[in-house]
Amino acid sequence: MIKNQKSEKLKNKILISGNEAIAAGAIQAGCNFYAGYPITPQNELIAYMAKHLPSSGGVFIQAESELAAISMVYGASAAGARAMTSSSSPGVSLKQEGISYIAGAQLPAVIVNIMRGGPGLGNIAPSQSDYFQATRGGGHGDYRLIVLAPASVQEAYDLTQTSFDLADKYRVPAMILGDGILGQMMEPVRLSAKKIKPLAPKPWALSGCQGRKPNIVKSFFLREGALEEFNLKLQKSYALIREKEARFESLFLGDARVVLVAYGTMARIAKSVLSQLRSAGKKVGLLRPISLWPFPENAFRAANKKTKYLVLEMSYGQMLEDVKLAVNGAAQVEFCGRSGGGIPDEEEITRIIRKML
Amino acid sequence: MERIFSRTSALYDVPMHYCPGCGHGIVHRLVAEVVDELGIREKTIGIAPVGCAVVAYDYWNFDCSEAAHGRALAVATAIKRVRPENIVFTYQGDGDLAAIGTNETIHAANRGENLTVVFINNAVYGMTGGQMAPTTLLGQKTTTSLDGRQQGKHGYPLKISEMLALLPGVCYVERVSLHTPQEILKTKRAIKQAFVNQTNNLGFSLVEVLSPCPTYWGLSPREALDWVRDVMQKEFVLGKIK
Repeated sequence: MIKNQKSEKLKNKILISGNEAIAAGAIQAGCNFYAGYPITPQNELIAYMAKHLPSSGGVFIQAESELAAISMVYGASAAGARAMTSSSSPGVSLKQEGISYIAGAQLPAVIVNIMRGGPGLGNIAPSQSDYFQATRGGGHGDYRLIVLAPASVQEAYDLTQTSFDLADKYRVPAMILGDGILGQMMEPVRLSAKKIKPLAPKPWALSGCQGRKPNIVKSFFLREGALEEFNLKLQKSYALIREKEARFESLFLGDARVVLVAYGTMARIAKSVLSQLRSAGKKVGLLRPISLWPFPENAFRAANKKTKYLVLEMSYGQMLEDVKLAVNGAAQVEFCGRSGGGIPDEEEITRIIRKML
Repeated sequence: MERIFSRTSALYDVPMHYCPGCGHGIVHRLVAEVVDELGIREKTIGIAPVGCAVVAYDYWNFDCSEAAHGRALAVATAIKRVRPENIVFTYQGDGDLAAIGTNETIHAANRGENLTVVFINNAVYGMTGGQMAPTTLLGQKTTTSLDGRQQGKHGYPLKISEMLALLPGVCYVERVSLHTPQEILKTKRAIKQAFVNQTNNLGFSLVEVLSPCPTYWGLSPREALDWVRDVMQKEFVLGKIK
């Protein structure tokens, strides 16, 4: 960690990478259990946890595999801890088994995916091609994760804290979905000074059955009708999350004729294009989903024939499907995306916007 | 009249779902008796496997968690690290512990996690209908080794207890059996030792129990016990391994 800068603007800020900010945000949020397995480009996160979590009173374990790491998170959460793991795309694929069990056992947990290129071993370049996996559950069964997508190192720090609170509140796993650029990039971050509020008790957690009936943490419902009953309970909770927890940032939506839709690192490039075109008097706006699930559908409610959307992704069109569902045919939706290490650049995006205007 | 024997409080008074002659019911009871005798019911956390014993928590009167198939020792590791004051044990079959969960088993043992493991070896996958397990004996017929297990095709019965005994983090490994009342008493003593070791913070303890599965061995309950005595224990030799 680099010491405080002297300039006024940077006062009380530290310069850290996105990976470190997520780890620091987690510890600030009271995370007291972390298990992980090395994979690029998220290694600064596991290293930060190894260095700082034990001295904050938490448990750090380097697991023997991603399967073990996510099952350790399951166990820690079942025992009442604020538990987290992190990985990158191929490792997150391995974690899907455990994530499904965590969702099925209604355990809160935070999973970080600093995405890299796929499919398969892919490469270690930044990517956004795990959007489907993250927002559709990812493993087997009818479940969802709350998925938050930071676009700056500060936001990575802040949203990690939010993700723990949401996971606890709804007893669902939450995911921080970033990419290799966000994970590696360093920016000044203002750390929160406030102490976390005392956490709500977890009467369902395993602690030994002294003075109460035994608690069981499980996702197995064999009796006829029991699983459907349980799934309906989950769906009820997901409906509430859809209603309450959609988050987005918008710029110039009032008069925009072309609205750029992008999240995470891609939204930073979109903002840069936007400010250039705005200074040239072009009516361009931005809609940046911060929660990818629940997807901020209501932000597209104003869609009409006069507005055109341009979806930008470091994938070949995954969030694009959610935008189309939200717009529901009311407006034109175009797409620009690259995957496997390529990132749509400002020139290319500007050219498409000029055609659309 | 003085009552000298009764149901132990850590075991619910409910019918079990196990087949006639199955060993699980016996071992569930032994675990419950040990928990009660050590006075640790209110601080015990059990991890049920995926396999025939998946609903062990329907029979045990203490806190329990399920784990994904093979991951019981990863789950147990985390629970014990978060709550070192609790007594944490896993109850796993041969497919769970020695096939799909081999990695979790070896690494929890190698870290010397202060845990207790009750390992049920019945040489077959029971819940899924009698397929070949890592512990299936050479020549033993299953639904996936129709002509009997052959070393050339399937490899040898895996002696994971002997493998684990090599690890410095492991403090106690014993193989026991259920084929006579005397052997059942020895099994109880071994399970108790494995729990006592944890209360003394000695590290990783494992008890392998040779357990009959008459249904998928194609034997009567009585014949199954004889098969453990006459055949199975020749391959899986009983006694303290470490």
